[in-house]
Amino acid sequence: MSEKPDQKPGRNRAAAARDVIQSVIAPQSSIWSSVLVVVLAFVTALVVSAVFIVVSDPNVIQAPDLLTALNVAWQDVSGAYGGLLTGALGDPSTVIAKLSSGDAKVAASAFYPLSETVVAAAPLVFTGLAVALGFRAGLFNIGGEGQVIAGGLAAGFVGFSVHGLTGFVELPLALLAGFLVGMLWGFIPGLLKARTGAHEVITTIMLNYVAIYLTYYFLNTTLFQRPGRTDPISKVVDSAAMLPSLAALNLRVHAGALLAVAVAVAVYFLLWRTTLGFEFRAVGANPDASRAAGIGVGRVIVVAMSLSGGLAGLAGANIILGVQYSVTPGFSSGLGFDGITVALLGRGNPVGVVAAALLFGGLRAGAVQMQAATSTPVDIVQVIEALVIMFVAAPALIRAIFRLRAVRGIGAPTVSPGWGG
Amino acid sequence: MSTAVRALGAGARVAVDRRRTLGIFFLLVAGAIAAFFGYNVPGQSQAHFVLNLASSHAIPIPDLVVPVRATAFGLAAACAFLGTIQVVRGFGRWAYAVLALVIGLFVFAFLAWAARNSSVSLVGMLQGTLVRAAPLTLGAFSGLLCERAGVINVAIEGQMLIGAFSAALVGSATGNALLGILAGMLCGGLIAVILAVFAIRYLVDQVIVGIVLDLFCLGLTGFLYDRLMVPFQATLNSAAVVPPVTIPGLSRIPVLGPILFDQNVYVYLMFVLMGLIYVALFHTRWGLRVRAVGEHPRAADTAGIDVARTRYINVILGGLVAGLAGSYFTLGAVGQFTKNMTSGRGFISLAAMISGGWTPVGGFGASLVFGFADALQNFLSVLNVPISSYFLLMAPYLATILVVAGVVGRARPPAADGKPYVKQ
Amino acid sequence: MLRQPVKLELRGITKSFPGVLANDHIDLVVEPGEVHVLLGENGAGKTTLMNILYGLYHPDEGEILVNGAPVKFQSPSDAIRMGIGMVHQHFMLIPVFTVAENVMLGSELTRPFGLLDRGRARREVQRLGQEFGLPVDPDALVSSLSVGAQQRVEIVKALYRQAGVLILDEPTAVLTPQETEELLRVMESLKHAGRSLVFITHKLKEAMRVADRITVLRGGRVVGSTVPAKSTEAQLAAMMVGRAIRLGVERPPAKPGAVVLEVEGLTVRDARGQVAVDDVSFQVRAGEIVTVAGVQGNGQTELIRAIMGLDPVAAGHITAAGRDVTTSSPRETLASGVGHVPEDRVRDGLVSDLSVAENLVLDTYYLPPFARGLVLEPDEIRRNADERIREFDIRTPSASVQAGTLSGGNQQRVVVAREFSRPISLLIASQPTRGLDVGSIEYIHERIVKLRDQGDAVLIVSSDLDEVLALGDRISVMYRGRMEGPFDSGSATREEIGLMMAGAGSEGAAAPPDAGRP
Repeated sequence: MSEKPDQKPGRNRAAAARDVIQSVIAPQSSIWSSVLVVVLAFVTALVVSAVFIVVSDPNVIQAPDLLTALNVAWQDVSGAYGGLLTGALGDPSTVIAKLSSGDAKVAASAFYPLSETVVAAAPLVFTGLAVALGFRAGLFNIGGEGQVIAGGLAAGFVGFSVHGLTGFVELPLALLAGFLVGMLWGFIPGLLKARTGAHEVITTIMLNYVAIYLTYYFLNTTLFQRPGRTDPISKVVDSAAMLPSLAALNLRVHAGALLAVAVAVAVYFLLWRTTLGFEFRAVGANPDASRAAGIGVGRVIVVAMSLSGGLAGLAGANIILGVQYSVTPGFSSGLGFDGITVALLGRGNPVGVVAAALLFGGLRAGAVQMQAATSTPVDIVQVIEALVIMFVAAPALIRAIFRLRAVRGIGAPTVSPGWGG
Repeated sequence: MSTAVRALGAGARVAVDRRRTLGIFFLLVAGAIAAFFGYNVPGQSQAHFVLNLASSHAIPIPDLVVPVRATAFGLAAACAFLGTIQVVRGFGRWAYAVLALVIGLFVFAFLAWAARNSSVSLVGMLQGTLVRAAPLTLGAFSGLLCERAGVINVAIEGQMLIGAFSAALVGSATGNALLGILAGMLCGGLIAVILAVFAIRYLVDQVIVGIVLDLFCLGLTGFLYDRLMVPFQATLNSAAVVPPVTIPGLSRIPVLGPILFDQNVYVYLMFVLMGLIYVALFHTRWGLRVRAVGEHPRAADTAGIDVARTRYINVILGGLVAGLAGSYFTLGAVGQFTKNMTSGRGFISLAAMISGGWTPVGGFGASLVFGFADALQNFLSVLNVPISSYFLLMAPYLATILVVAGVVGRARPPAADGKPYVKQ
Repeated sequence: MLRQPVKLELRGITKSFPGVLANDHIDLVVEPGEVHVLLGENGAGKTTLMNILYGLYHPDEGEILVNGAPVKFQSPSDAIRMGIGMVHQHFMLIPVFTVAENVMLGSELTRPFGLLDRGRARREVQRLGQEFGLPVDPDALVSSLSVGAQQRVEIVKALYRQAGVLILDEPTAVLTPQETEELLRVMESLKHAGRSLVFITHKLKEAMRVADRITVLRGGRVVGSTVPAKSTEAQLAAMMVGRAIRLGVERPPAKPGAVVLEVEGLTVRDARGQVAVDDVSFQVRAGEIVTVAGVQGNGQTELIRAIMGLDPVAAGHITAAGRDVTTSSPRETLASGVGHVPEDRVRDGLVSDLSVAENLVLDTYYLPPFARGLVLEPDEIRRNADERIREFDIRTPSASVQAGTLSGGNQQRVVVAREFSRPISLLIASQPTRGLDVGSIEYIHERIVKLRDQGDAVLIVSSDLDEVLALGDRISVMYRGRMEGPFDSGSATREEIGLMMAGAGSEGAAAPPDAGRP
């Protein structure tokens, strides 16, 4: 029997970090307590965001008395959050009415909010998986934006350049192009890290900006630009390259959602059932011991970053081939960063990522409705997301606020820190 | 075989390889200069480097006129000469200084070529470089204050953004720039408090907290911009820009005057802070303790230093400086806030801090490189350079990647950087 | 300047950590001017107790009295103020700072505005060094100092704060026999200067030599308190472990066979480009154990890392199990039939966050039966884990808990189990029993000898001279990157080996004591 705390100084850090990461991997953590913390974190985030909504409304500040102020404040918040809810899931009375209308198209439109949620969630699954895969291997892939753009540009290019092939060939081809070019965008920072130690947080973020400007560049060339237009918009993707959707029912949900679930299963299998996944997890947890045991750490870093980039590239392909059917600047709309929040909320686990993606997809879909109905700016959703993550990451804080019993808690995965210099 | 000769072996081979590669790089640069900037240029093309600034108080001096072709070949020859020496003998410790020189010569040749048959304001570009480097350096100082104490601050981008926003808001509403700057600093500090609490008390991974705070600030500033600044543009988003400060006498020196002594306030702030931080960090008791906490918190603890308190203070100081840096973008430059106006500069600051070896002067030097890339893009768009403006816009970001990839591994972060400290 | 003498008393000190009761109602009295030895094996609770005394931990129960008055230490600064100084087992020095900076950290000498007064600090360090026979160079960077010199800095640090009581935690673990002598002499002079010393150790000989009183800890409790005059080493050992122990492992004579490991003219450079291994050549045969003695930092780490392919080789050749592995990758070397028990088990031996079962296949997961192509076979991995846990008596709640939750001894058993259950013809082990309890030490020594008797070649690096002598059929010594030997274990005395460890070698006089230069 030995004294754990008396070993080398680094041990304290290891012990503390282990506590935090315990629930990510330990089989015994209580699912219910984790769910409870997430729910409470969500509620707290909504409350804090409500404060921002209320405080920034001049009508509240300038109200003649407290009662009117509270009234206006309540309307602000309930309107905003109500809009979020109906935009994400649908308004119950409207839904029932539509379902019992007897007309197929009208009944289908009852599912419009849900369809929008799924449409928004699908690319988030891809970017969430991309970031989660990176985390497992000890890498911070903040380059989701750039990889999404790269993948979307490539998928779109194949989509509008290749003609005459059937959907069975052209669609997978376009998706593959998106995957491969996204992979390239992840490969570069991976290689730099493995060869020079350059920290991927910085290199991936820089490549994000490079990708943004590349989009503008390409969309101004004749190769990409739609004939007859002077604004930066690409040619339209061939119908054979489009992801099949329920457009006939006026719903935007498309096969990309199914692909997302399939890919999530594949990532799960990769991480827990293959030698490659074993290497990712070993290197992510302890690169030194992995190296001493013969695992090629540099190779793992490059492969992990590349795969991660490929997954994010699929998100871009998803958007171009399933929703937009052409490329415009800014189509990535924060997907890369939202992928980070999705991965964190999903605790680096493919199942969790799908669940978190649905949640944030719902928020995104709802935000559009919220802005339309109450003119509350959509950016508040980003605030809510960030707050949720912060509260989830510090369960002790939530426990303190709600006076919960101290349970073996959950936390954001503690990935190897430092700049690797 | 003697020990000395045998001991040369592979280790020395690696060193020779590196030396030769660097030398070959110099030779390639020479070739590039000759090929791109000298070869196709008509003999009588001249580039005018304007050394005066219309708005400055400096004594005017004539333009520097260089024949483009001759200059290009001359500089190419110089680089080839340096390259040959490097391949054969190597410059030893001065190799990196020579590398900087070669890159400088390349840039000068490029400028001469870009400005052929027209003129470019060299002084303007250098002055712009310093101005653009100011927020980056201040951001690097912020990162450095935190990391020297062992806490990674990736939230600089968010702190800058919220600093920019609140500086514009308060500066506009009160009409007082100083209040605006203070507001910017305060908001940066508040975000830093959140970072400190999550990192130090709740032991959450510091990079993750930083990124999440960046997203939070992005969302919050965007939201408040739409809610408050768009409808009330005139009162809440029209701040007066802080006027430049002219130092009497010194500002009359040609070339140096406009660059150093007739400048944006933030440039002076940068120099003042640079001196302060250098002295404080390396020559005072406070600095010794901070660095001890960042290198070996357990040792500092056993010496009786309060590790958590030190880290809290430093992170908050870092937030104040980042907020100051952010206020540059509004009160120091354009007077108005726009969504996401920092555009990754917080991350470039981090790269500058790393490349600068976690020192104030180093951070300044690295920021100059990035600032120059930034200024270049601005000035070249005026000239007729056959490079798409979008590639020029990418320049600072590509430069960052190159510098980080080339320098990291040679620079050493504080030993306990990013590692939470737990007492029992 | 002599402080008033300090009498320390600990009453009923109790401290527990999750899963382990480290200190169980401990009473201890340290009289002024006495050398009090705290004896116990690794894991007995000695360091925890001293950390409480120094204010680093807070006791769950019990109290501390200084000169009869109860005190509460919230942090080390309280303890320092009461005149308690500590020289830690793992030095609390900042490598990139100078000696003077390290010494004055926390009690800095300053000029106005908080500016450091480096000149005064330098003079003060020199004065202390001279007064107590601890020569140190105030302007040297700690990272450039030898281990012995670093320890002197630690002591000067405590004296600078006018410690009346000095706690020394396993100070001789990292010293050569000659440096140990030096230290014991310094302790005598400190005692004569009126300081009290608490000397934590698990080495019986040293305890008997310097102690005025000896208190033995076992399993977190005081099991006895005595004076050297009234006790023998065997008695003390029995108290430490709770049973009669063999003071050595039984080792039938070796029957060496063919050469399995051949190292020729090996030169390795460290991270800074300096030569760490200098033209080293030796062989290890099947059926014999070659031990490499030497103080840590003389190139042993670099030697092993180069053999295993973790660091590049500057010159020379390495042949293992018939293959030239000079430029092989770690995986190739391991797959050739070389087992490796790394020096730092937490950093290089195990992945703490992976399960015990996964750690047991850390270097074989990609081979059948654990994998078919790219797909893992979890059932096989699980079966392997159950077998190994049984065979090597690894104490763990299950095979799927994280390896980091195991105690040090059990973690090392996992590493050993992993390496020993592969088909290997050569075992390389670095510091295989460092920090382990006696039971685990015995077990691992037994297994190593058994492996040798099965015909494997074994190379062991250890800075524990007892282990070197106990296990080595042939012994070599490393000093400053050069290797003396290997020579037969009977042919050199302990003292001669000690001299070699200090650089004297067979060529001549002992090297002068290190004055702070590397």
